Formats: sequence, C-alpha cells, structure tokens
Amino acid sequence: MSPLVIADRSFGSRLIVGTGGFASLDAMRAAVEASGAEMATVALRRVDPAARGSIVELLDDCGCFVLPNTAGCFTARDAVTTARLAREALETDWVKLEVIGDDKTLLPDPGELLAAAEQLVADGFTVLPYTSDDPVLARRLEDAGCAAVMPLGSPIGSGMGIANPYNLRLIVESARVPVILDAGIGTASDAALAMEAGCDAVLLASAVSRAKDPAAMAAAMRKAVEAGYAARHAGRIPRRRYGQPSSPTEGVAELT
Amino acid sequence: MVSVTLNGEARELPDGATVADAVRAAGAREDGRGVAAAVDGEVVPRGRWQARELAGDERVEVLQAVQGG
Repeated sequence: MSPLVIADRSFGSRLIVGTGGFASLDAMRAAVEASGAEMATVALRRVDPAARGSIVELLDDCGCFVLPNTAGCFTARDAVTTARLAREALETDWVKLEVIGDDKTLLPDPGELLAAAEQLVADGFTVLPYTSDDPVLARRLEDAGCAAVMPLGSPIGSGMGIANPYNLRLIVESARVPVILDAGIGTASDAALAMEAGCDAVLLASAVSRAKDPAAMAAAMRKAVEAGYAARHAGRIPRRRYGQPSSPTEGVAELT
Repeated sequence: MVSVTLNGEARELPDGATVADAVRAAGAREDGRGVAAAVDGEVVPRGRWQARELAGDERVEVLQAVQGG
C-alpha cells in the first residue's frame, strides 16, 4: 500500500480514527493500536478539572498525528474561532472542518462550510472538510484550497454505510486532492467498499468505538481498508449479466 | 474583584486577574499545555495570557482537547 499523502504529510495507514464514543481511554488506546491508524481526531471542549489523563499524550504515545475537529459548530464564525483555538492548544494548523446544519441528521451546512473553508485557507490552515456527498460542493471546497475532501457515506454515527455510491464515484473521479470517506461506516464491508470506489482513506469513529469489542472491530477495519485498496489497484473484473465459464469450453468429454 | 463568566459559570477573580489566572481558575493543568483560551469569542494566544487583564462582564472560555470526532 502506498502512503497516503495529504498536503506536506505522509501516512502509512489509510484508516483515520475518530476518538469519540469510547467507554474509557484504555479502550480507546487498545482500539487505536489495533487500527494501525497514524492520524486520529479530537474535539475541543471546556476544561474539565475532574478529567484524568491527557488524550493528546496518549495519541502521541500511539504514534498518531492529532487532528482537531470543529465538531459542535453550526456557523462559519464559530468553526473558524474553534480552529484557531485548536491551533493554539495543539500547535497544529491542520483542522477537520465540521459545520453542521441540522442537529437531527448532523448533515453539513454547505454555505457555512464553504465560507469557513475559505477563511481558514486564507488564514494558513490545512483544511480537511467534512462535507456532504455532493460532487459540486466537493469541487468548490477543493477550489477553495482544501487539502482533501471528506464526503460522508451517510449521517455521522448512523452506520448506514455508503448511501449514494454514484455520487461518491463522481467525487472520486474529478477530485485532485485526496478523498476521505468520512461518516456512516457501520462495518468492515462499508470501509472496503469505500476504498474499492477509489477513496484514498476512510475516517470512522462510532463503528469502532461503539462496537461490542472496539479493538477487534478496529483490527477488522484495518484489514478492510487494506483489502479495499488492494482490490481497487488489482483491477476488478467487469460485472456481466450472464455467466462466463472459468473452466475451458474446449475438450469437454462426451459421456452420454 | 472582577466578575467574569468562566466556561459558562459566573466567577469572581481578584482585581488585575489575567487570562493566565482564568486558565488556572478553570482547572487546567499548571503549564497550560494543550489548552487554549478565548475572551468574548476572540482567541488570546498563550504568549499574551500573562499580560491580558480581564475586565468585568467578559466571557472567558478555556478549552482543551477531548475525545471526539
């Protein structure tokens, strides 16, 4: 598997994990290690004096690049401020840009997302936007200078997989930056399908963190991403309406 | 005393309190590593925490990385 290159960074793994939803930091650590991920997202929230252990140190320890997100933001203004706070807190100008437009579906707000992306790119950020599966919006984000586009498969945490594979293919076909399937993955086959469709990477959280055995699911996702990538590059056979024999049609014995 | 809203709660800090004091009052670790602060929605860079005094009625947010995404 060739490395995943985003902006000026290179990653050996094409699986990116979100760290939300784990029952404990220990469970998270076991899953991150099993996933083989080299990049993990974190959120920014008010300091909790009672909280024990630093998630950033733990991820550093796992060899993971820490990617802050702007989860919880509903406006471009809040997302931009949150990204700037994350830059201060984590000393990185990378951000997973998330601007939600609806708190029931958690679908992105396209207008606010694009406005935030433009401001953050102008401000020197490396912007990885969580976007809908709209090929036109993906292109606009790319034109705005985003370092990757991260279309959803289906709503965050829904586990419904890739709801619109046709749109995803359109995004993959025209993108000149890495395409990362972000959100909606439910199980390993969803991750494999995303990679087979030509995505450069998969970002998932709930599918692992809320699985009955997160570390085991993380290991499954790792294999699925690697298998999907390998299959994509191996060149699959075309789909046919009828069968095509795999044994020779010549030299068949006459037995009756 | 100066009255501020610190992470959503009304707090009284000594006169002359700075953003650095607010960060400590919020319960962040002493060295402030992994922490960021905003006053009235504007980011205050770490290098200015000591110098930036708080005025009354300001909203101070002290944030850090948590599990998410």
